[in-house]
Amino acid sequence: MDVLTLIAKFGIYFIFAFTLSAALLSVTVQNIFHAALGLAFALMGVAGVFFVLHADFLGAIQILLYVGAIMILLIFAVMLTSHIGDASVHTSNRQVYPAMILSLLLVYLLVRQIGKVTWQLKETLTSIDAVEIGKQLMGPYVLPFEIISVVLVVALIGTIVIARSDS
Amino acid sequence: MEKLDQVFVHLKAAIVHLAGSFLPDWLVVIISILIPIVGIAMFGPVTMMYLTLIERKLLARIQNRLGPNRVGKFGLLQPLADGVKMLTKEDVVPTNADKIAHFLAPILIVIPALLVFAVIPFGRNMIAIDLNIGVLFFLAISATTTIFIFTAAWGSRNKFSLLGGMRSVAQMISYEIPFVLSAVPVFLITGTFSTAHIVEAQPGLHWFVWTPWGFVGFLIFFLCGVAECNRTPFDLPEAESEIIAGFHTEYSGMKFALFYMAEFMNVFTVSGLVVTLYLGGWQGPFLPSWIWFLIKTYVLILIMMWFRGTFPRVRIDQLMNFAWKFLLPLSLVNILATGVWYYLRAPLNFLISGLIVVIGFSFLMFVNRHSLPKKRIYRYA
Repeated sequence: MDVLTLIAKFGIYFIFAFTLSAALLSVTVQNIFHAALGLAFALMGVAGVFFVLHADFLGAIQILLYVGAIMILLIFAVMLTSHIGDASVHTSNRQVYPAMILSLLLVYLLVRQIGKVTWQLKETLTSIDAVEIGKQLMGPYVLPFEIISVVLVVALIGTIVIARSDS
Repeated sequence: MEKLDQVFVHLKAAIVHLAGSFLPDWLVVIISILIPIVGIAMFGPVTMMYLTLIERKLLARIQNRLGPNRVGKFGLLQPLADGVKMLTKEDVVPTNADKIAHFLAPILIVIPALLVFAVIPFGRNMIAIDLNIGVLFFLAISATTTIFIFTAAWGSRNKFSLLGGMRSVAQMISYEIPFVLSAVPVFLITGTFSTAHIVEAQPGLHWFVWTPWGFVGFLIFFLCGVAECNRTPFDLPEAESEIIAGFHTEYSGMKFALFYMAEFMNVFTVSGLVVTLYLGGWQGPFLPSWIWFLIKTYVLILIMMWFRGTFPRVRIDQLMNFAWKFLLPLSLVNILATGVWYYLRAPLNFLISGLIVVIGFSFLMFVNRHSLPKKRIYRYA
């Protein structure tokens, strides 16, 4: 079974590499539509990581929401920008170095904090199915769930009010 | 009968057993993983080839023609001839096209179309992978098709392509919502996303379509499925007569064929999902399970082709009105009817849930009476 483990490891690292390179592509590429496409691939890669970690539900939701819905919104936004086909859209300005220092600092802090946590490793990966998540959402976490629902409804109504400019 | 029912399952077991006798263990595992993948990778394109023939034949009969009948008996070899033609055709790329997007779109669009085959239960024990989120996986993966259609439209640098892409995005986003919501009643009753379990919850002839909520859910789900596949009467993204085939105007040869392949495989898988959720999947008396599945799926596909032969294309405002003002509220009413069905006893639940559905339907028809197309009388035709 050693070969299978090796193949699985290779596959996982391939998914990681794919996700990271797509993410890198989305921030470095000049063409704005290619950047959006790169972001879509990065999000799909994240969904792939979820699937590998047996979080099927989360993976499916990731694809459904981020790739299926939010990416479409993003593409619509890209459509409405001028110079859509220009290869000369600036992807960096003078603030690139301060921003890089700040984000590297943030990465350092996050990694240090994550390293401090003692993770409990389980022998086997157990997948939590959607039924269990639903019970948790309707049981102990019902208040946050309802609050998020109300916030979303308010946002939805607000959007409609803004969009109705005729009256 | 039992043998015939499980013939493909036994075939797979026999291949794995044969491989196990002389190959190392890890290779056998890989082979047993590869068998369903190879099966699907062969079944999908072959289905697509013959669906094109069936569609052309059926449309021809509806229009009082014969359809392809020169290549082979009844034109049965026509798909092969078409394939050869597509492969040898010149691949034209417009000068101003976005080369990367134009090249990637037809390849990427086939991937989700093939992936969703994995969760379709073709028969008893015949499912490539029984995910516990099966239906959700299907909906999520098929939602990504929109991006690739838009990539094709944008990469072509053509006004008509872009219009088609815009229409496609607007249409798919709108129909996604009633599509998902009309599947919710099945989840409510069965308490699972797994396609295999949903089929097992409809034993014999107790299909969900025979209940009031099931009937309405089936109609909404099927109509939204037709819209998700961009088929007539919802084929605005590729309307030949208005925007010259929309997003695949600038494609030729094999790239064009790949779009068609994706479309026809989507037709098959969406029909398969409708059958799984509401028509009992592979359940049925006498015949082997996979034959039942194929019969039901092909009946739905033929209904889609019948639509194409008889209905005119809807206008964009009618399309949006239909989704937002009719299908969406009706699917919400349907969820209520399902809840009532779940909590009441045998004769009463049928009555009350049926009543809710009928009242909801009539109310929506009354509210929408101004957006309904007027009945026309052709006096001189």
